[in-house]
Amino acid sequence: MTAFSDPASNPLARQSVTASVRLRHEAGLHARPAVKLTKLAKKFASKISLAISVEGPWIDAKSIVKLMGAKTPRDSLLVFRAEGADAQAAVDALVSLVERDFPDEP
Amino acid sequence: MLVTENVSLVIVSHSPDVARGTADMVRQMVGDEVKVAYCGGDPDGGLGTDVQKILRAIDEAWSPRGVAILVDLGGAETNSEMAIEMLPEERRGRVVLCNSPLVEGAIMAATEASGGASLAEVCATAEELSPR
Repeated sequence: MTAFSDPASNPLARQSVTASVRLRHEAGLHARPAVKLTKLAKKFASKISLAISVEGPWIDAKSIVKLMGAKTPRDSLLVFRAEGADAQAAVDALVSLVERDFPDEP
Repeated sequence: MLVTENVSLVIVSHSPDVARGTADMVRQMVGDEVKVAYCGGDPDGGLGTDVQKILRAIDEAWSPRGVAILVDLGGAETNSEMAIEMLPEERRGRVVLCNSPLVEGAIMAATEASGGASLAEVCATAEELSPR
């Protein structure tokens, strides 16, 4: 096995990226936004979790049942945490989706 | 992404209107990357379900990844089971009846299927909704 002193030079290194965004969508994270968020999360290989506080509890952002079950109201903080090779891209895309208020074409 | 790469859905309700409305919700809320076929009503146009209609819907929705059937009540379930038994042997194992609420289960199943999930994962996601 090759040892990598600099994690950034190792494409297989598990990166963990966290970012948060305020949910301004009028009705909160209801059905359609939850579907869009889940579909986008599923495009990334990273493990992606979502919470309304940095302390958690964390739910799987790729689980539509858990996302809808969370019934997250408007003005909640959405904290995304991704772990994996495409973690940064995943978090950027998810934050952007929420900031742009869940447009039909992401 | 090619539509055929995803598991597809069949919606079976006693009411043709409920079946069509459920399929509309899936298309509008999840999108068209998951094929959805639907049927409802008995052969005489009343409320009920019909094995032949279910077989046609399975044929219409067919995907090599598999087909998940969502049903409403009683006869919809038994007639769907009968339809699965009547399928050619090579297709029978790729069609599964999900034990979930019809409308909610269809949205959950389609969302899961849109990401390329397997038939078992699609059904498990719909069934997460069912209290056991």
